[in-house]
Amino acid sequence: MRISPSGLHVPGPSRRNVIRGAGSAALLAGAGIPLLSACGGSGSSGSDSKTVSLGSNASDAVPKKAYQSVYDAFKKSSGVTVKVNTKDHNTFQEQINSYLQGTPDDVFNWFAGYRMQFFAAKGLASPIDDVWEKIGANFPDAMKKLSKGADGKYYFVPLTTYPWAVFYRKSVFQAKGYTVPTTWDELVALCKQMKKDGLVPIAFGDKDAWPAMGTFDQINFRLNGYDFHVELMAGKAAWTDSKVKDVFDHWAELLPYHQDGFMGRTWQDAAQTLVSKKAGMYLLGTFVAQQFTNASDLADLDFFPFPEINSAYGQDTVEAPTDGFMVSKSPKNHDGVVKLLEYLGTPAAEETYLKTDPSVVAASSKASTAAYSTLQKKAFDMIGGAKSLTQFMDRDSRPDFTSTVMQPGLQKFLQNPKGVDSLLSSIERQKKTIFASE
Amino acid sequence: MTTDTTTKSQEAAAVPPPGRASGKKRVQQGHKRLLTRRDRITLAFMAGVPTVLHVLLVWVTALASILLAFTSWDGIGFDSIKWVGLDNFQQLFNDNPQFWPAVQHNVIWFVVLILLPTPFGLFLAVQLDKKIRFSRVYQTAFFLPVVISLACIGFVWQLIYNPDTGLINSLIGANKPGHYIDWIGDPNLNLWAVLVAASWRHTGYMMILYLAGLKSVDPSLREASALDGANEWQTFKNVIFPTLRPTNTIVLVVTIIESLRAFDLVFVFNKGAQGTELLSILVTNNIIGESSRIGYGSAIAVVLLFISLIVIIPYLIATFRKERRA
Repeated sequence: MRISPSGLHVPGPSRRNVIRGAGSAALLAGAGIPLLSACGGSGSSGSDSKTVSLGSNASDAVPKKAYQSVYDAFKKSSGVTVKVNTKDHNTFQEQINSYLQGTPDDVFNWFAGYRMQFFAAKGLASPIDDVWEKIGANFPDAMKKLSKGADGKYYFVPLTTYPWAVFYRKSVFQAKGYTVPTTWDELVALCKQMKKDGLVPIAFGDKDAWPAMGTFDQINFRLNGYDFHVELMAGKAAWTDSKVKDVFDHWAELLPYHQDGFMGRTWQDAAQTLVSKKAGMYLLGTFVAQQFTNASDLADLDFFPFPEINSAYGQDTVEAPTDGFMVSKSPKNHDGVVKLLEYLGTPAAEETYLKTDPSVVAASSKASTAAYSTLQKKAFDMIGGAKSLTQFMDRDSRPDFTSTVMQPGLQKFLQNPKGVDSLLSSIERQKKTIFASE
Repeated sequence: MTTDTTTKSQEAAAVPPPGRASGKKRVQQGHKRLLTRRDRITLAFMAGVPTVLHVLLVWVTALASILLAFTSWDGIGFDSIKWVGLDNFQQLFNDNPQFWPAVQHNVIWFVVLILLPTPFGLFLAVQLDKKIRFSRVYQTAFFLPVVISLACIGFVWQLIYNPDTGLINSLIGANKPGHYIDWIGDPNLNLWAVLVAASWRHTGYMMILYLAGLKSVDPSLREASALDGANEWQTFKNVIFPTLRPTNTIVLVVTIIESLRAFDLVFVFNKGAQGTELLSILVTNNIIGESSRIGYGSAIAVVLLFISLIVIIPYLIATFRKERRA
């Protein structure tokens, strides 16, 4: 077995030793298994009636502080302590399956839409119709729709939301005499003009693979409407449908005006080109404002809803990912949970949150807008005026489909816009097998 | 169990070991059996615990993932496991647009590592073996990348390759619209960009392996070939390199393993986007995270296992054969 005299050898016991060892191992095997299976339980428990445990994905400093201020206010009004268990945002998301099956906290942070309904249907969340009897009046119908599972019961309490839109600099538009485009043709014409003026018409970075989904969503529901978006995301409509092809054709028309080298660029770097006024527009969520650290730059930032493509649908749909809370399958302190959720569903809780984190807006229509910035006010009005709200491709569809099929699929389209037909039939084939496994 | 150990100790006693005298002494002190009860418990424990862990963590999990490869499972509750036969493999081979590129990239990874950094590592090792000044400093410098975690290497190289603010594009002025070189995103470039980083690390690894091999070459061989009038290159080609054969085997195995398990670097670099798909990343994308296509991911893992076996089994057969001969 010795390979070289220098001590670099593959450790290899002779086979006789191995067999001998196996004999004694058999004795211990019986004792080892229960030992390992006992490792499942986690140490956290909030079984007394004065605490509610809460699993949080708010690992970023600002949201973390903002949520804490809400829980502090809740403690003051009810005397119940919220024991927060914060995990890194992405890790929380990736471990959600095993987390909810293990010993989850009573309440946990989650997203509205299909991703919420999925866990509700799997029996990993508790229905909270009793909470909604009290808080129902605080929310507009679109939010109510977002909070229900496929079985019609409520599973979710929304807290904050934010819209996706096209962001631009007011000063740039003023200096060059641009006007906000309201139709597809105007948008294309504006892109052409910007290119002529030496600007990057549309900033873009798709290294993380999800920004492209945002562009697809916008073109899709402007062109084919909200209902088609829902059917397509739920796996009911076919990706080989000519309506989908049409979306990609529109996108391909706009693609030459997107920033070069987007496959290797993060959204943060793309946003910097808007900060430095090298780019004219950027389609993203309001969180783009985080990159505008200079107050005067931030004041110069504005947005408009994605232009109309099909007059049948106008601009009636807004993509507004909504964050909130769900209850795990068997909460230890049920009364405390109900109290907490009833509080979280009040305008007061939302106002408290927004004091610390002004990058989002309240999900409730009753929350005061007095403290809002101009951007927030505009975002709030846009969401409030929407006929339908979508969540985002990866929140409206099965996560396994979007992460393993759509993310690479859209990146492939961006690299080779001419290969749409074969791409769509490949997506459709994979979609069928994934949605069939339900 | 008891009889087994006693026969073993008797067997051992029958062959006169070097420490015979001390054994006699112990017997004289009144120990009838060589192994006390405590010894035997300790032994059973020391052999047993690793074996249990090995069986549970290696064999049980490997067999479980092979079984799961024939099922469809979202990871929620054992009752949702559905037997689907060969469906997963069929989808993988026919419908998954990322599968064949991934296999291809794993092969390219291996070929590049064996053709570029390995000979270069050997070259460095030969130079450092000449007892030049500051040899230790060079050794450390070249070996340092091996010590750094691959995730950090991926992060550092990603900064170098960044299309807007990266070192390379800034130096050559390729970060202006129309002149972009997208090292990370362009599917024709990114694999090679990652391979530069991988080779950078692999060179140091190979250098250390070869350096250890060279240190063990008998100096009299060099002397003999020098006396025979061979020049440096002839000595290396005809005398030194053939004696490095055992090291070459190790290098080959290590490089194959490196290319099959290549993951961290690419995952940090661009998450295995188009152009850098790898089997290990496909496994992760399908199993870990919210997607939880555990059956399908296991099928990819089984393919990876199968490829590893094709490579490892001939190697094991060769070594066992050599061992038997010895």
